[in-house]
Amino acid sequence: MTVEISEKLSEPQKKKINWLNVTYPWIVPIVIVIAWQLVGSLGFVEEHILPTPSKILTTFGTLLGNGELFYHLTVSGQRVLLGFALGVGVGVLLGVMTGFSRLAQEVIDPSLQMLRTVPLLALIPLFILWFGVGEFGKVFMISIGAFFPVYVNFFLGIRLVDQKLIEVSEILQFSFWGKLTKVIIPSALPNILLGIRLALGTSWLVLVVGEMMGTSAGIGYMIQDARAYAQTDIVFVGLVMFALLGKCSDSLVYAIERKSLKWRDTFKG
Amino acid sequence: MSERALVIERLNKIFTTPNERVVALREIDLQVKQGEFITVIGPSGCGKSTLLKIVAGLDVEYDGKVELNGQQIKGPSLEKGFIFQEPRLFPWLTVEKNIAGDQSLKDPKVRGKVHELIRLVKLEGFEKAYPKELSGGMAQRVSIARALLRKPDILLLDEPFGALDAFTRSHMQEVLLNIWETNKTTMIFVTHDLDEAVFLGQRVVIMNPRPGHIKSVLPIELSFPRKRSSLAFQEMRRTVLNEFEKVEEESYTVGAGI
Repeated sequence: MTVEISEKLSEPQKKKINWLNVTYPWIVPIVIVIAWQLVGSLGFVEEHILPTPSKILTTFGTLLGNGELFYHLTVSGQRVLLGFALGVGVGVLLGVMTGFSRLAQEVIDPSLQMLRTVPLLALIPLFILWFGVGEFGKVFMISIGAFFPVYVNFFLGIRLVDQKLIEVSEILQFSFWGKLTKVIIPSALPNILLGIRLALGTSWLVLVVGEMMGTSAGIGYMIQDARAYAQTDIVFVGLVMFALLGKCSDSLVYAIERKSLKWRDTFKG
Repeated sequence: MSERALVIERLNKIFTTPNERVVALREIDLQVKQGEFITVIGPSGCGKSTLLKIVAGLDVEYDGKVELNGQQIKGPSLEKGFIFQEPRLFPWLTVEKNIAGDQSLKDPKVRGKVHELIRLVKLEGFEKAYPKELSGGMAQRVSIARALLRKPDILLLDEPFGALDAFTRSHMQEVLLNIWETNKTTMIFVTHDLDEAVFLGQRVVIMNPRPGHIKSVLPIELSFPRKRSSLAFQEMRRTVLNEFEKVEEESYTVGAGI
């Protein structure tokens, strides 16, 4: 009996890829692209309003070939990575502080909550006045965008740890390190990962806004520049790039989430 | 065997809230021998769980003498194992990691001990299972194994089988007796189930509420393994029940404030 059960337990990890599940998410995009192509090819819409997918793909190839796309991508990527890392770092630090200490919570949290209610984009004029249109202002703004979701969710994650499990760790005389790695972090992980996912989303958003407010490189600039010359196909290439990058980074965190949270017994639809 | 593991003398515990002062335990005297199996029974509010928490070191604000192996209890320690009513497993750790806790399974010594305990609580094949995959009885067995890994001198059990169905409960009682006979761990087992108290205990401590105190301590002179259907067991059960009913009458005549 026990042998049977242990086989059953190890089964899900070795499960083969289910092709139906892989194809499902693609049905809607593929139908849309086909319809889009038809609308353009049959001449219903003019090209400078809505270029066809095939035209966008050709432009994509050209931009990739002459290195322009790659250049803008590196600039944007650097900004996002730097801002994101900075925001997450400070968010983790302050979230852990307020999570563990009531004193820190009472001193720091109310001010941060007040700042959080200020719409980030309303700060743009101030940032331009203070930092000009240079790199620092952009990276700083991205980091503020990434900071809040991480801060709020770290704090929440730590505070949601079950007191009963903390009691167990005290009875079993866990060291502080043991308590942290076996109880607090695993318990807070769903919130931690949620915070990081939200932070990634905000980072991309703030990046675009930042790159449109004045710069000479980056995907956001590429879009803005193409708009000025009515190169709609390049605008679309930029949009698709954002969609792909956003989706990829989100999927990465989601994959980590699924792998590290498989212990959870939650509704799976 | 005759060495006294736990000595409780004139233990008093008072809960104070801003507008009330409740005497939870009054003048508790109890001595438990090394390797003894004690069951504690009483109506709810009699302070049996409070008493257990004090012995565990989870509640250190009390008056009186509470000594384990000659040392006053001032907080939790590895000599005192505790089993809660709920298994309280870490849902993100597998069975073996739950038992190991903050000790590393990479250490062959720890690994050996963990697997030995998994055999003892009869959970072979479930080493890598997560708590969500276990039944209530299995999960409680994991929590017992987890407590035993620390080699406690005394195991404190707070209604550990209260949430289990009758069949699983009686199976768990046998598992526990088996562990007790193998390891000779001193046991203090709190329950509200009279049958369980008589089946497991070498002595049954009957407690009375408002304020919580020990009404009487009855020795159960039946050899193990005990048979519930035997005449002697039924006789013993009736004796304890009589004593227990006296307690209930008393608490009702006092009014219990309800």
